[in-house]
Amino acid sequence: MATAVALIPLFYLLLRTGQAGLTAWWERIATARVAELATTSVLLALVVALACLAIGVGSAYLVTRTNVPGRRFFAVMMALPLAVPSYVAAFTWVSVADLWSDSARFEGFVAAAVVLTLYTYPYVYLPVAAALSGADRGQEEVARSLGYNAWGTLWRVTLPQVRPAIAGGGLLATLYVLADFGAVSILRVDTFTRAVFTAFSAGFDRIGALSLSTLLLLITLVILGAESWTRRRGARYVSSGARSASAPADLGWGRLAGLAAMSLVLLAALGVPALSMLRWVDEGVSQADSLADIAAAAGGSLAVSAAGTALTLALALPVGILVARYPGKLSRALEGAAYLAHSLPGIVVGLSLVFFGVTVALPLYQTTALLALAYATLFLPLAVAAVAGAAAQAPPSLDEVAQSLGYSRSAVFRKVTLPLTLPGIGAGAALVFLTCMKELPATLLLRPTGLDTLATELWQATGVQRYAEAAPLAFLLVILAALPTWLLARRSGISAGPKLAKQPTKIKVVETQ
Amino acid sequence: MTARARNFMLATLAASVGLAGCSTSDEETTASSSDGTTATAASDSTLTLYSGRNEELVQPVLDDFTAETGIEVKVRYGNTAEIAAQLLEEGDNSPADLFLAQDAGALGAVASEGMLTDLPAETLDSVSSTYQSADGSWVGVTGRARVLIYNERNVDASELPDSVFDLVEPEWEGRVGVAPTNASFQSFVTAMRVQEGDEVTEQWLSDLAANDPQIREKNGMIVADVNDGAIDVGLVNHYYLFELADEQGVEVDELDAVNYFFEGGDTGGLVNISGVGLVGEQSDGDAQALVDYLLSTPGQEYFRSATHEYPLVEGVDAEESLPTLDSLDVPDIDLNDLEDLQTTVQMISEAGLS
Repeated sequence: MATAVALIPLFYLLLRTGQAGLTAWWERIATARVAELATTSVLLALVVALACLAIGVGSAYLVTRTNVPGRRFFAVMMALPLAVPSYVAAFTWVSVADLWSDSARFEGFVAAAVVLTLYTYPYVYLPVAAALSGADRGQEEVARSLGYNAWGTLWRVTLPQVRPAIAGGGLLATLYVLADFGAVSILRVDTFTRAVFTAFSAGFDRIGALSLSTLLLLITLVILGAESWTRRRGARYVSSGARSASAPADLGWGRLAGLAAMSLVLLAALGVPALSMLRWVDEGVSQADSLADIAAAAGGSLAVSAAGTALTLALALPVGILVARYPGKLSRALEGAAYLAHSLPGIVVGLSLVFFGVTVALPLYQTTALLALAYATLFLPLAVAAVAGAAAQAPPSLDEVAQSLGYSRSAVFRKVTLPLTLPGIGAGAALVFLTCMKELPATLLLRPTGLDTLATELWQATGVQRYAEAAPLAFLLVILAALPTWLLARRSGISAGPKLAKQPTKIKVVETQ
Repeated sequence: MTARARNFMLATLAASVGLAGCSTSDEETTASSSDGTTATAASDSTLTLYSGRNEELVQPVLDDFTAETGIEVKVRYGNTAEIAAQLLEEGDNSPADLFLAQDAGALGAVASEGMLTDLPAETLDSVSSTYQSADGSWVGVTGRARVLIYNERNVDASELPDSVFDLVEPEWEGRVGVAPTNASFQSFVTAMRVQEGDEVTEQWLSDLAANDPQIREKNGMIVADVNDGAIDVGLVNHYYLFELADEQGVEVDELDAVNYFFEGGDTGGLVNISGVGLVGEQSDGDAQALVDYLLSTPGQEYFRSATHEYPLVEGVDAEESLPTLDSLDVPDIDLNDLEDLQTTVQMISEAGLS
């Protein structure tokens, strides 16, 4: 089921490009320009993914394992940039560039890499921080007791323990960058997605656009293969289920460096948009929409996002649990299928659902239901990763014990597996919800006629240069998306660190040395 | 997909809609009842408009229409190109009754798939044949002139070029703003190909690319930068200047940026259109009534003041601060010939301009 949903865009792409014929397809993609686009896209995705890993893993380690000042505050704050849509972020960065130079343009590869990193790293930070706070610290203590220093423990024990979370987060970040249109178009980097959009808007070249998209799928397949290879190399560590307390590592002066680094990231990621929006309000005279209109748009956003989240979670749950509990070729293929659509531009997924709507489910076309289905197609991997992550950390032995005590399979699922996976389900729900709030291209194509959301209203206002009108919409969108982000950071137990730290257990380490 | 799987999928969908609450149920009912091409333009006086133009600009005139006629208009707003792609994907199942587009190319693309119904002669007669489809499948609603916008502090009016071809001269190096990925620039380049041929156009594009152009993503950014003095001149549409003045709360002549209209039939003075076409078979005259309203005096006057575009119907004059449409020395180009955008886009990107 879930896989079928994820495969709608794939089916559509093959159908449409197939209609044009293999030679037409080959002619479109076997050009120097396509090679150039592919290089830029892949390079951008790699650079951003690496930077996201550095910031995401680094800050996750700082807030869960060290005595960096204010880590409870940072534990939540570091997740918040996820709430800013990339098109809003890029636009605000461009519009403050004149503050430091009249002539300098904030655009190009580096600019895009910076912006995408600042708003994508939480995809790494959140799962890694959650995994770190859930991981068994006993092994770390053993490593310390056997003479490893803090670095050695980190590299040899801690990071390998959360390797699935790191790989999963990195994968999501990579695919996000491949699919992103908002940031790369505003910052003028020629990537695949931008070429796909240009093909649509210039010459209404659907087949050309879709042919290009098939190549994105191929790139994604390669990336999925690479990720699965790193996973095979990494062992699976399962926590004992009990959380042991242990003292945070003392970084000495490094505390301040950590503090400075995280403050800098937050200042850039959240400060720049805030500054930009204030200037819009200050300089523009366009009137904000009436409160009723804004409330209606916010209501629209919440309604379609809730529907999208519910459907996505319903589909992700079986896949996630299957992946974690019964690893094998089949579950691996199912999971991969869920990821495929994630690298496609929103407009391609949107059009595939238009096609699906008018040919298969006409009564549902342009209803919230079909929009929810589009969200599920786009964001399934976010939920699958969260569910699988939680299910993997819950010891399977508990399932086995329950079964040996005479529980039926469905009872085991209801009474053991599901409760243990609940934190992951919650995290997945929050993540999908806020991503739905930000989504624009598929929403434009598939929303019920006449329904406004914050994202569509924001798009309307900036389309005619009414920035003062746009600012409150952008602000509200970020705030509403920040709520689930905040919950996400709180719920995953990341910010519970300080409480544990109060119980000193270092003695054990000292004794054995 | 098996029937059982499909039923299950529908059930899941239905459940998720239930979760979304009642705020969506209105739209759902209307959308489900409008699943055929003929059911939509129903006798209950409602119609569905696909608008590739901005809600801020279009909704007021639709509200006026509803107040006047009692016909409800349901509108889907989107980008012109994406709406065109959506219409093509929907085909005969499209719930749309009308397509309002930002440029002739999008209307042409939908018309060439046979999705637009011919407009009656009396509608077409109210607009000059320059600004409508050759086969009567769409009609222009407003005119949008290409201009060279310049900063009057940095550029003296006597310095202004006679032709877009002068902009590749050394004196304009690093001074010209362009938005090569924008549809209006692409239509303009297509017009140049029609008027001057592909070879001349390719040369102009590569000369322009070599002249250190100031590339922006959108026309609005060029206008803002010209007004701030960051760029001296820029190739844009005429109404962006008015949008900027509106947002800053000033009159157009208080800005440092000024519109310059090319003369002598230069390609740089192209006038493109926003237009409308009837989608699919029409069961009643509701959609036709809307087309006629857009072309009526109140409709045309609305666009003049709200979007600052050129009215296309006789008897409604342009904004006072603009030269009249008749006085513009527009190039002799048939808008129906501006279809081959794909080659244009390829030429633009091969010149290194995207």
